[in-house]
Amino acid sequence: MTAHAKTLRARRIAIAAVALAGFAAPAAEAKDLTIGVSAEASSIDPHFHALTPNIQVRWNTFESLVGQDATQKVQPALAEKWEAIDDTSWRFHLRKDVKFSNGTPFTARDVIYSVCRIPLVKDSPSPFTVYTKPIVDMKAEDDTTLLIKTVSPDPLLPVELAQVGIVSASALGTTSPITFGREGCEGLGTVPQAPEFNKPEIAIGTGPYKLVSYTRGDRIILERNDAYWGGKPQWDKVIIRPVTSDAPRVAALLAGDVDLIENPPSQDLDRIKKGGFKVVSGLSNRLIYLHMDQEGDAPSLTSPTGKNPFLDPKVRAAISKAINRKGIVERIMGGVAQAAGELLPYPMFGTLNREPETYDPEGAKKLMVEAGYPEGFEVVLGTPNDRYVNDEKIAQAVAQMLARIGIKVKVEAATASQFFSKRNKQEYPFYLSGWSAATGDTSSPLVTLVATFDKANGRGTTNAGRYSNPKMDALVIEAMRTIDDAKRAELLKQAQTVVLDDHGILPLHFEVTSWAFKPEFDYTPRTDQYTFAFEVKSAGSAPAK
Amino acid sequence: MLVYMIRRFGQSLFAIAAMALLVFVGVYAIGNPVDILISPEATELDREAQIIRLGLDKPLWEQFLLYVVNVARGDLGNSFVYGTPALTLILQRLPATLELALVALAISVFLGVPLGVIAGLRPDTAAGRSIMAGSILGFSLPNFWQGMMLILIFAVILGWLPAGGRGTTADVLGLQLSIFTRDGLAHLILPAINLALFKLSLVIRLARAATREVALQDYVKFARAKGLSERRIVLVHILKTIMIPITTVLGLELASMIAFGIVTETVFSWPGMGKLLIDSIELLDRPVIVAYLMLTVFMIVMINLVVDVLYAVLDPRINLKDVTT
Repeated sequence: MTAHAKTLRARRIAIAAVALAGFAAPAAEAKDLTIGVSAEASSIDPHFHALTPNIQVRWNTFESLVGQDATQKVQPALAEKWEAIDDTSWRFHLRKDVKFSNGTPFTARDVIYSVCRIPLVKDSPSPFTVYTKPIVDMKAEDDTTLLIKTVSPDPLLPVELAQVGIVSASALGTTSPITFGREGCEGLGTVPQAPEFNKPEIAIGTGPYKLVSYTRGDRIILERNDAYWGGKPQWDKVIIRPVTSDAPRVAALLAGDVDLIENPPSQDLDRIKKGGFKVVSGLSNRLIYLHMDQEGDAPSLTSPTGKNPFLDPKVRAAISKAINRKGIVERIMGGVAQAAGELLPYPMFGTLNREPETYDPEGAKKLMVEAGYPEGFEVVLGTPNDRYVNDEKIAQAVAQMLARIGIKVKVEAATASQFFSKRNKQEYPFYLSGWSAATGDTSSPLVTLVATFDKANGRGTTNAGRYSNPKMDALVIEAMRTIDDAKRAELLKQAQTVVLDDHGILPLHFEVTSWAFKPEFDYTPRTDQYTFAFEVKSAGSAPAK
Repeated sequence: MLVYMIRRFGQSLFAIAAMALLVFVGVYAIGNPVDILISPEATELDREAQIIRLGLDKPLWEQFLLYVVNVARGDLGNSFVYGTPALTLILQRLPATLELALVALAISVFLGVPLGVIAGLRPDTAAGRSIMAGSILGFSLPNFWQGMMLILIFAVILGWLPAGGRGTTADVLGLQLSIFTRDGLAHLILPAINLALFKLSLVIRLARAATREVALQDYVKFARAKGLSERRIVLVHILKTIMIPITTVLGLELASMIAFGIVTETVFSWPGMGKLLIDSIELLDRPVIVAYLMLTVFMIVMINLVVDVLYAVLDPRINLKDVTT
């Protein structure tokens, strides 16, 4: 063969090879989703740790009877509807024809098993028993009807059930009938513990994605559950990668390693947008607030009158008026926050749509004089420095604003672990903190932050200043017993009005949560700040249900 | 030799015990882990139940005694956060860190020693001077900044390498190693370079200084006079001598790379032990912190023991029996 012919033949073969490669090209395009999250889930077990990173992973695989929409309002999930039969009894109608990812049917027995398992989970750093404690009895009237009795009227039962992930009783090793008992259920067999859930054959749920593998520190891989009752899930594979450091997480998005990231730092948002990515932001349920000591003997508080100045409502009002909330939002938070006038953003359940306190330093000075503190006083302001967005900077700004009305504030910032320990031991007379209402309604901050500290009844757990207002307590206690939604909302609104007028707590602003992702995706912001893989959609498709 | 080994083991046990005591007291002094771990929704009663469960209600000396008794039985405690045994948690992440540290070590030795020797043999040439200038950058630029720059240049701008994480692993002798897969190597390169840069600069400067000193020695001049090839002089005579100080430094540095590669592991989201340590410190997961640091002390002591034995191999003048410390 001549050299020319050889070259020609080689060229023809090459062209043919390229053409064939074109034909052999991808048969079906795999649509995978890779998410970069800011904190790692400590276990796949939905009952192990009540913590945001665990909760947002488990919803992909394990659903609950009740779900919460983007503003945390309850919506049907595995239960189609429910009603309160009387003050302490509820009937839940479960969805029919739902199957677990291994093909077995979902019935009321699985719900009873899940609630029974929660107190038996060993070594849980933050147990889910806080949500199942009110339940005193559960009976399966048939496979899809469940009767639940609570120990006292509990209007928040649906919200509490939204935190309980439903696992498959048979996949976890029991085939006998299950009877609920408050002190211990029967028929559970040996309950597998959290480390077992790293195995796909144990981690069986009804959710749109099922577990493939969990490599601690590296990634969680989920794949589509074709038997999902809610229609075909959008992604073939979901890969959840924890990238705890902010800058590398942004870098991972910019480099194209991940499709979506949560919590991008606010100073990088412009860079991300310029890179052609999309950013969505939404109000969260996290309130940043100030709390003052109300017990009389405040440590590190020097007062010229010898009395605790925070006990005087005029002083508290003065402090509130002296803070320029809008200024903090614009200058310190870069606009990525919203000034707060109450404990949750409107229109969440129990909110007033109340305006933030008007910035009035002159009025504040007048109030200080009226209260008998023309020269002000000295106080320490405690704050974490690595827990909330710009926490220490906000505290410094507050200190400077209060200096103008004569209050000399010394800011003591500490790392989160130290701050919370000291705060809970009541070592700060004045502190800055944040609160996220997991229930999605104002009863959560009212009961935990400002209700009178009552260990036996579980109130005022985070009320380190020990603020106590019997009028507000009565309203809140009544609200927690009122099943009727409209009446309860009214009581909560009244309770909020009482405590805000009295300045028992000083709301500063609500944090805004951001998500950044490639332009071909879309995500609806959630007030609970969760990043749910199953709620990530392709851009331009129908919004999440 | 045997007496020497036994004496070293005894000393290491003492160091480990001292470390455990220090960490125990230190972590206890920082704060209460329950405040971080427990859900904010939990009641005061729940909180107290958790404190009792973790054994934090007992006085400190009693907690420490209980811990010592358990360690003697081989139980280093369960993580407060994960519930699994602390030692298991750490050992699970050990292969990833070892992989990274050993690749970084290889880079610093196989790149650093030749470069240092070249700089030492030809100190006044352009090559020699630029090597030294480069080494200054290597140890003065902050570690995390170097890491971020590597990601920015190679992952974001050029897009050649991934921005972080570990690649696909292959099962080798029961361990999950990523060095044998192509994807794994791609993920390994940048963090290994980042981890190696500081040691590389150190090795270059050490090798250069040692080479310059050794090159002037009588036996090297004698070897040249005898007519040995330059290659043999460098590779056999000079190299063996300079390896002694380099081995000492590398021994210490290897231990610190394994135990404290925290910055690199955080910047590159490498699922190793260093990251576990920093996360545990933030969450006040005391059992993991204590177990980790005890393991670190043990490792450092063992590595130094190996280094000392290597001395005897490299330098026949050294007789271990005579070494008292």
